[in-house]
Order: sequence, then structure tokens, then C-alpha cells
Amino acid sequence: MSEQRSRIFGVMGEFSTPEALLAATKKARDAGYKHIEAYTPFPVEGLSDAVGFRGFRSNWVAVFTLIGGLGGGLTGFGLQYWVAAITYPMNIGGRPLNSWPAFIPVTFELTVLGASIFAVVSMLALNKLPQPYHPVFNVERFAQASTDKFFLCIEARDPKFDLSETSKFLQGLHAEHVNEVKDEE
Amino acid sequence: MSATQNLVGRPEPEPWLEPGHTYASVTDKIASAVLTRPLGIGWLAGFALTFTVVMVLFLAVAYLFVKGTGIWGINIPIGWGFAIVNFVWWIGIGHAGTLISAILYLLNQQWRTSINRFAEAMTLFAVACAGLFPLIHTGRPWMAYYMMPYPSTMGIWPQFRSPLIWDVFAVSTYGTVSLLFWFIGLLPDLATLRDRATKKWQQLIFGMLSMGWRGSARHWHRYQVAYLLLAGLATPLVLSVHTVVSFDFAIGIVPGWHTTIFPPYFVAGAIYSGFAMVLTLAIPMRAAYGMEGFITRRHLDQMAKVMLATGLIVAYGYFIEFFMAFYSGNKFDVFLANQRLHGPYAPFYFALILCNILTPQLLWFRSVRRNIPALFVISLVINTGMWLERFVIVVISLTRDFMPSAWGRYSATVWDYATFAGTLGLFTMLIFLFVRGLPAIAISEMRELVHQESHGSEAHS
Repeated sequence: MSEQRSRIFGVMGEFSTPEALLAATKKARDAGYKHIEAYTPFPVEGLSDAVGFRGFRSNWVAVFTLIGGLGGGLTGFGLQYWVAAITYPMNIGGRPLNSWPAFIPVTFELTVLGASIFAVVSMLALNKLPQPYHPVFNVERFAQASTDKFFLCIEARDPKFDLSETSKFLQGLHAEHVNEVKDEE
Repeated sequence: MSATQNLVGRPEPEPWLEPGHTYASVTDKIASAVLTRPLGIGWLAGFALTFTVVMVLFLAVAYLFVKGTGIWGINIPIGWGFAIVNFVWWIGIGHAGTLISAILYLLNQQWRTSINRFAEAMTLFAVACAGLFPLIHTGRPWMAYYMMPYPSTMGIWPQFRSPLIWDVFAVSTYGTVSLLFWFIGLLPDLATLRDRATKKWQQLIFGMLSMGWRGSARHWHRYQVAYLLLAGLATPLVLSVHTVVSFDFAIGIVPGWHTTIFPPYFVAGAIYSGFAMVLTLAIPMRAAYGMEGFITRRHLDQMAKVMLATGLIVAYGYFIEFFMAFYSGNKFDVFLANQRLHGPYAPFYFALILCNILTPQLLWFRSVRRNIPALFVISLVINTGMWLERFVIVVISLTRDFMPSAWGRYSATVWDYATFAGTLGLFTMLIFLFVRGLPAIAISEMRELVHQESHGSEAHS
């Protein structure tokens, strides 16, 4: 029995509008489910909050972007200072070697470059992408999640999860279809 | 909304999307252009033609590598000929794509939604064409890595006080960030294509490109944070890129170049020509792929207004150049201003005024902005005008600097024209490939637009 259970990733309910999904997600949270995830074809306002993704941990992309920007800028300026003032100094009419105003354009460009790369890479990494396989793809109707259907998945690792109870609960939220999500071991 | 209508006393604005569209219908329409639509004779003919022109580019570049830059019309004192004119022209065209995707996003302008994707593609392809020119203009492109700072065994380093090195960093950063921005925008749409693809190879390719995107709430949250930050980063970046390009001129002491108006006037000119190019591409594309419901007349009208505004800034730039030349009393600047009006290249200057200042005044009229063939013609005229502007800046100043003994004349050779035409072919060929290979309109953003329009959007602008 326990072996069969470990093959169940969760239960998924399907909805037709973002409003219905948002309402159902809030009810699932209120019912005490913690490990829930919602899938939508476009970003829905308030949904990440409703699935419990809030607070500081939802902002790591911004933190990494800041780190990337600062790192890029410092690298840019440091490189130019080191090149122009230390390792390859050129005396041009006695002008100062650390001619920092002339270093601003490259410093700026590298700040933007560092921040942009960190923004994109941290977004992908925190989302654990690339990830070609995920159990939710085993649900045939889930292909509609990138067109016009909205899904709520209550995951089996939730302490309150019970296959039949949770399925009934989703039906009670007026999900149009309720599917088991199976995971291949 | 009806209350607003009564108060302001004018009709409600047309929607940004043809009424009656659903999430599924916009998805179908855009995805089918990639997945199921057969290759038409028009596409094949267009692709074949542009591919031939790309071969001309390869020929011209190969011959250049064999013989050197002597095959071009450049010679001292005119070291910068077509190569730099074309470089500045192409990079300017790219700027409208970033303006649409980043600045209009920050300003919450809904009308960007249906044009941002292919405007960003246009940016990438234009930057690719632009980047080619300085590279082959070096004469020894296989030594181009000398421009990057690396620990060479000769112990030499780039001169970071030179605007030409700033240019290397600005353009390569711009290309990279544009690519990242474009790819991030594509990610959810690639997942849509993966889910809708019926052929095995399509599923494989889109499956790999979409990286397993599944549109979970946590994914979208981080995605939106990253997208917003990229938009915020790309906005100052795009302004900096053409500023740095203008520094290539303005830092030099050559008459006609050494002015502080250059950065803002170059940025405005870039956006001006970029919007003209967006129109040049959007008008045939919406007709060929039946996208009139997404790229409406109101979109074209809006772009025409941006062109009119930036065109007026450019006109102001031309005026200030003359004013400052005479106000400064600098005899070289005064002489150069006179050379623009009366010198051997005066016909180019007057053609430029006709294309960039006089013709766009037609855009004051709503009937012109709504007349699609007229807009198409005006967009071509502006593209030509902006090319002439760069020609006038580069060539007139270099042929008429301080001493008459250093004066010269410039005329392009057949290889100059072949290279320029070749990049036009490369650009168009990439656009042809793009409209069939990837969704030309951002599908997930269109679905969001459907959602907003169906809920009486508050953000009508």
C-alpha cells in the first residue's frame, strides 16, 4: 500500500478561469493544505501569494540581480583602474592615470551586463529549470495549462494529503476535472 | 467607463485587441503560424530572394578579407565610410525594439503587447548586422579579440579612455541583454508550442528550448520579477548604447562632431528610425499572417505618433547644430555648416531634410496615420532619411576638416553597396526565418491582454 502511495505525486483539479482557480487555491490553503501549486497559462495576480509563496524568499531573484550588478560594476571599474593605473600606465601629457570619469561608460555597461545575466540565470536556477521531466506532465489534460486551462495541484507530500479525501475536496471546489498525478519511480 | 465617456465627452478608445478573442483563439492563431501553416509560395520566394542577397554579403566579405579594406571607397582623410554609416544606422534601428519591450513595459502601455516580440527580434537581427561592420572595418577581423581585455603575452591592454572601446562594451552588452530579454519572453511561449506540437521533431526542439517550463505560480512569480528587472536594466542600457555611439563622434574634435547635442539627438534618431523599421516590418507581416486583429490600426497610429515626436526631437537637433555653429563663431564650425548647405554633398543634406523633417509632418493628420499604405511609404522614407543623416555626419565632416590640403571626396564602391545590401538581405532573411520558426507575437502576454480586456481594464492608456 505504501509503495503504491509513493507513486502518487498529488491530485490535480482543473478550472476554466483564473478567478475560479484563485478562489480554489485560497480555499485549499484555508483547509490546511501546505504543499500546493497552481499552474496557469499566464501570470495571475495574487496567485503566488495564495499558494504560500510570499515574504522575503520570493524575492531572491532581485537579491541575485543586485549582487550581479554590484559584481559587474566593481569588476568593470577595478579592471580599468588596474589596467590604466597599475599594469599598463601611460603618461599622456601628465594627466592623472586614474581618470575615473573616462571609466564610467564601461563600468556602467558591465553593471547592466552582470545584473541581467544574474537576473536570468537566478530565475532559471531558482525555478529549477531546465527540468525536462516533472510528474505534472503525466496528466494528459495538463497540456492545456499552456493554453487556456488553470490547474491546482495538491501534492502527496502534504501531511494532510489523502488520495480520496483530497480528490473529494477538489471536486467540492467545483474543479471541472480531477486527476491523479502519478510519478514514475 | 461610460461615466468617463460622458465626462470627457469623447468616444471610448478602440480596444487593443479585436473583440471576441479567447485565451484559446489567440493561442491557436499565433501558434499555428509556426506549427501547422504550410510554407506558402510567398514565404519561399521571399526566403530564396533574401538568401541570395546573403550570398552576395558572403561574397563581398570574402573578397574584403582577401584584398583588404582598399576595395571600399575609404581612403585618408575619409577612413569611416559606409561601414560606420551602416553601423550607426543598424544599431539605431535596434533601439525601437528595446524601447517597445522595456520602456513601454515600465510605462504599462498595453499596446506594446502585440508588437514587442517581433520588435525584439528585429533588435537582435539589427544588432547582428550592426556588429558586423566595425568588425570587418578593422581590416583584420581575425585580430578583433585585441579589443577585449585579456592577459596577452605582449603585455598590452585596451585603452579604456577611448570611446571606441566603450563602444565594444556597449554594443556587446546590448546584444547580450537583448538576447536574454528575448529568450525570457519566449520561454512560456516555447512551452505552449511544446504542448501543441504534433510532430516529433517539433516536440523535441520546443521541449528542449522551453526547459521544462510549466507555468506554476512560483515560476511565474520569479519570472515576473526577472522580467521587470530586465526591463528596468534595459531602459538605461538602450539610452547608454546610442549615447556611447554618439561619443565615437562627439569626443573627437572634428568640426560637426564635437557637440554636446549628439547623445540625446542620436538616441532620438535611433528610436525614430527603429519605429520606422517596426512599421516597415509590421505592415506586411500583419497582412500576410492575418494578424490585423492583434496589430490593429490603433497600434500603427500609436507608432506613427512616436515617430512624429522623435522626428521633432531630431529636427530640433538639426536646428541646434546650425545654431551652435554660428553662435559659437568658431570658423571651422561655421564653415562646416555652410558646407552642408552648399558643399558637394548638399543634395544629401537636402534629401535628409525632406525625408526626416518635412515628410513626417504628414503624421500630424489622423487620416494619414490610419492610412496603411501611406504609413508604409513614410516608414521607408524615414529609414532612408536616417541613413542619409549618418552619411552626412560621417562624410561631410571628414571631407572638410581643418586644412584645405586635407580635404577629400568620398564615393562608395560596388563592394560598399554589396555589403550594405547584403546586410539588408541578412536582416530580412532572419526575419523570414523568425516569423515561421518562433511565435512572432507574445502568446502568454496576449492571453493576459484577453483577460484584462474582458475585465474592463483599468489601464486604458
